[in-house]
Amino acid sequence: MSTVLFDEPGPKARRRIRVATVLGTLAVVALAVLAVRQFAAGGQLDADRWQPYATWPMWRYLLTGLGSTALAAVVSAALSMAFGLVLALGRLSPRRWVRGPAACYVEVVRVIPALLLVYVVLFALPRYGLDLPLFWKLVVPLTLSNAAAFAEIFRAGILSIERGQTEAGLAIGLTRWRTMRLIVLPQAARRVLPSIVSQSVGLLKDTSLGYVVSYGELLFSSKVLANYNGLLIQTYIVVAAVYLAVNMSLSKLARTLEARQRAGRALSGRSSARA
Amino acid sequence: MSVLLDHLPELWQGLVVTLQLTAASFLGAAVLGVIVTALRVSPVRVLRAIGTAYVETFQNLPLLVLLVLAFFGLPEIGVKAEPLTTAIVVVSVYEAAYVGEALRSGVNSVSKGQGEAARAIGLTFTQSLRHVILPQALRTVVQPLGNIAIALIMNTALAGAVSIVELTTAAKNVNLVEAQPIPIFVGAGIAYALLAALVGLVTGRLERRLVILR
Repeated sequence: MSTVLFDEPGPKARRRIRVATVLGTLAVVALAVLAVRQFAAGGQLDADRWQPYATWPMWRYLLTGLGSTALAAVVSAALSMAFGLVLALGRLSPRRWVRGPAACYVEVVRVIPALLLVYVVLFALPRYGLDLPLFWKLVVPLTLSNAAAFAEIFRAGILSIERGQTEAGLAIGLTRWRTMRLIVLPQAARRVLPSIVSQSVGLLKDTSLGYVVSYGELLFSSKVLANYNGLLIQTYIVVAAVYLAVNMSLSKLARTLEARQRAGRALSGRSSARA
Repeated sequence: MSVLLDHLPELWQGLVVTLQLTAASFLGAAVLGVIVTALRVSPVRVLRAIGTAYVETFQNLPLLVLLVLAFFGLPEIGVKAEPLTTAIVVVSVYEAAYVGEALRSGVNSVSKGQGEAARAIGLTFTQSLRHVILPQALRTVVQPLGNIAIALIMNTALAGAVSIVELTTAAKNVNLVEAQPIPIFVGAGIAYALLAALVGLVTGRLERRLVILR
């Protein structure tokens, strides 16, 4: 709870808090009632409209879609992290002809919608004889756009490592590259882990662009399913719930990692102060 | 190049829709985001929970899922609106979660002593919020809000996947006719880059003028 704004509440404030609690609860209940009534009025709450989602074949189909989502996400995450690392190292290079293009790539791609990149791969590349399989029509643009984001995360991580670490590496006679690889990168990787996980949530969300390229990931699968069984709102709500469950667990992981790291840093800070 | 000139009206129309979507959704997201932040920093547990649930939900759902749900699902339960209005509402609701996060971190960045000092000189809650906390909180979030605005511009392209003809979709449509992808998509890309650069320029100026050195 934010401590900037409040003192310990007195009797009057406590009464007001109770009133606000009741009002807030009422508002939520009212909203829920309204939603249920709206659903009921359209006949969308009938058991036979939801019952299909209690059957295994339906879930098997959706889980297959989720599997494709996971595959696309994992492959593009791996590729864009590798590419992002190269870009980050490029941006930090002492040579201008390396630094320039890397910076240029990151700055340009960051301001181009992923969907535009998808269209380029979907419509522009085939015209030049490069007709990729469906999977890559989704993964390539996602990789291109997320690499820029990962590059910035890695760069921030590398810059956050104290200069003394690099100086020490150079002082014991390591080359610049070995200092980076053996001393700076391992520490930076630990530090940026939470950001990497939350960026991966973003990437997983981006895989829903499979809807546009007809790659059978979760959202496209649900589109096919909804067109087939006519249960539009039910299907999309179920799918939204699946996305929510997966991404919330990932976000929670990111928060846990961050909390652990903060605790670790506080601890090491204390011990170094003692020493 | 001539392709772009030949189809200038369609592309221009697309750009106008992108601008409308961006401006209206950013406004909506700002208003909603302030409300979400107010909920999240309130002393009432229920309200905090509502605010947290809002942010968690909308940060973890793909925008495209929300758009699809709103465009194809909501009419099923009798909620119908103009496509552009629907898109604006959905993008606003989605981005408000991010605005809320940025504003909250702004409020938290105001040092505790500021709030205590405000209370000590007898300011009421609203007064201390208006004269002490918010002015400082808002100044620290200029840059994050600029980044959210740029992300929002990129995200408006997704409305194209559900029948809104904004810049990206306009470019796609022109390409379907002309089959000259390079000039068309590069042109669209440059338009987006210019928009983002404009936002960056404005936030940079604001930031320099408003920054508080602590």
